[in-house]
Amino acid sequence: MRYLLILIPFISIIILNLFPKKNRLAAAFWTGAVIFTLQLMMSMIFPFNDWGKVIFRSIEPVLGFNLLFDDLTILLLISSAMVCLTSFITGWSTIKKDDDKFYFTNLLLIALIGINGIAMAGGTVSLYLFIEVTALSSFIMVALYRDKQGLEGSWKYLMLSVVASVLMLTSISLFLMLAPSTTFADIRTIASAGNTTVLFQLAVILFVCGLLIKGGLVPFHGWLPDAYTSAPAPVSVLLAGIVTKASGIFALARFITSASGTPEPLKNVLLLVGILSIVIGALAALGQNDIKRMLAYSSISQMGYIVAGLGIGTALGTFAALFHFFNHAVFKTQLFANAAAIEEQLGTRDMDKMGGLGSKMPVTATTATIASLSTAGIPPLAGFWSKVLIIIALWSSAYYAYAAIALTASIVTLAYFLTLQRKVFFGKVAQGLENIKEAGYGLIIPSVVLTCITVGVGIIFPFFMGVFIK
Amino acid sequence: MAILIILLILTLLASLWAAMTPMLLRAAIALALTSALLSVLMFQLNSPYAAVFELSVCAGLISVIFVSVITLTHRLPLKEYLRRRQSRIYRFMYLPFIVIAVVLAMYFIRIDLNIMPSMTQSISDVRIALWEYRRIYLFGQIMAILAGVFGVLVLFKGDKED
Amino acid sequence: MDTVQMFWIFSIFIAAIAVIGIYCIIATFNLLRALIGLELLIKAVTLLLIISGYLSGRTAVAQAIVITVIVVEVVAMVVAAGLIIGFFKQYDSLNVKNTRSMKG
Repeated sequence: MRYLLILIPFISIIILNLFPKKNRLAAAFWTGAVIFTLQLMMSMIFPFNDWGKVIFRSIEPVLGFNLLFDDLTILLLISSAMVCLTSFITGWSTIKKDDDKFYFTNLLLIALIGINGIAMAGGTVSLYLFIEVTALSSFIMVALYRDKQGLEGSWKYLMLSVVASVLMLTSISLFLMLAPSTTFADIRTIASAGNTTVLFQLAVILFVCGLLIKGGLVPFHGWLPDAYTSAPAPVSVLLAGIVTKASGIFALARFITSASGTPEPLKNVLLLVGILSIVIGALAALGQNDIKRMLAYSSISQMGYIVAGLGIGTALGTFAALFHFFNHAVFKTQLFANAAAIEEQLGTRDMDKMGGLGSKMPVTATTATIASLSTAGIPPLAGFWSKVLIIIALWSSAYYAYAAIALTASIVTLAYFLTLQRKVFFGKVAQGLENIKEAGYGLIIPSVVLTCITVGVGIIFPFFMGVFIK
Repeated sequence: MAILIILLILTLLASLWAAMTPMLLRAAIALALTSALLSVLMFQLNSPYAAVFELSVCAGLISVIFVSVITLTHRLPLKEYLRRRQSRIYRFMYLPFIVIAVVLAMYFIRIDLNIMPSMTQSISDVRIALWEYRRIYLFGQIMAILAGVFGVLVLFKGDKED
Repeated sequence: MDTVQMFWIFSIFIAAIAVIGIYCIIATFNLLRALIGLELLIKAVTLLLIISGYLSGRTAVAQAIVITVIVVEVVAMVVAAGLIIGFFKQYDSLNVKNTRSMKG
């Protein structure tokens, strides 16, 4: 049942902490492996066969929780299962101290509960609550090593996240007055009535602005590059792959489709923020020489695409945005896992010091190249389809200037990723790097799996395109 | 109604004091005072449960946290203190003007308020509301507290005197 | 008392406290004072939640939301205090300028 998605990790945390001290590392490993694989299986198998459909989609709340479960939920569950599993494997290959490994596993389980809660939230307050739970575990995970940069990134993240929460709570209190209650269904009754007052529209815009800050879009992106670069490697994977997207973009998609629709001012705000994010993210990524910082700005740019797609309002735009959501979860996780592998082997993240790694680390190089091409939108990979659909949706809704800008930014994306490839992987082997070997198995296997998913989805997609567009 | 306005003005003054006082310990005490006044305000507005929570948690726990952090991070020597105090007065000089400007701006923008079009349920007791209708909030709060426990374990490790 | 008028009176005070909180975060050199400003913002929003619950008659739901917010925000304050102690151990001072070291 859907309640198991948030109850099983909770019970596992309790059981995990009951182990005595000398056993707890092994217990943490096995618990984490079991739970994340279980999440993957539950999100992929159960919603699709008939027996699971009956259980998952039954209406009445069983334990007294008001949890939704629809197609959007399945999207987030699958994405989060992949990203959390990758983050877990990366964490166990990268984190050195045993205590840190143990706490990391626990915090990752709490983040998983939070993300499942976001996927199934039934009202604005539950959404806020689970976003906060995920954010709290993320703050602690970013500062896991207690070094200078980690603390700084975590501090900035915390400040801006609490400000965003304040905006969301202001909006919730306005909804408390203007709608029968704060659940999505009740807000929808007021929004679809037609004549919404100025205060209601202000409440919607405030809620959306709070979510955009949490998602790290321009002009609210001040925390994102610092948090992504200074976090430990598996935490960067988690943040980029799922936390920012679930807290910001997924909550936005849920709010728009369930509660408010897209009135005109909201559409303009989303389109503007989306296009600004695309442009500024792409331009800022050009001038970076820290590999994770460049990937962070690239994340801002890609999320701009998703938000712009959501802001269009048509079915094609929403579908393209959600497909790009899934693709971005795959290839950005892949890229951050590769960056983790590089950092693990080299000990540095400065791209100017790297060169010619293609011959030394062949698997990492190949997977990073494929993921970069997918991000830039090269056929026949998956990223191409989602980007093309977003640009087509922009074009067909008569936003010609925005479509042209999105297309140009895609070319800039290709430019900086080619720079990355050239600097890091190709060319001559730089000084002092002759002894680098390939990264360990723990870092290679997720990369290979994710690359296969990207390539596979890209090839299969055209056949299924008619089926998916609802 | 008059008592509400008096309480509001007192809360505003307490928060102003918390922002502008140069000594951190006094700022923490001012924050606790603001929480206490807010709690009394909530009692007046028919929200006793939230008022008790606010009083015990914010005026108690957060003040303890603040005072312990202030004592763990030692203070500046006196000369540096006085120098900072001077610059603080000048930096915060603009604050009352900004507050009055925002208040006047809000007074002049009259938005039409159409409150509460329909009330579907009339629940009177918070305990029923929290347990019957919104039980997910309790689960989420437990999760948040669990995350806080791990935060304490991760961040406060190492040598913490006292 | 007229509900609209009461709402506006309260919201003026709430806006004032919020502005004080934001100003406190921006115009300070000390990390702890930024935390105090954050707390003031949260108190302003708590007051807004209570008053909207009172004016619409739904005090029960509003109190449930306020209790949730208080729990979540106190955990956030604990994490922030832990970060400040970590800052102090690394830098031996609490200047805000230490948090501007990452550029670009």
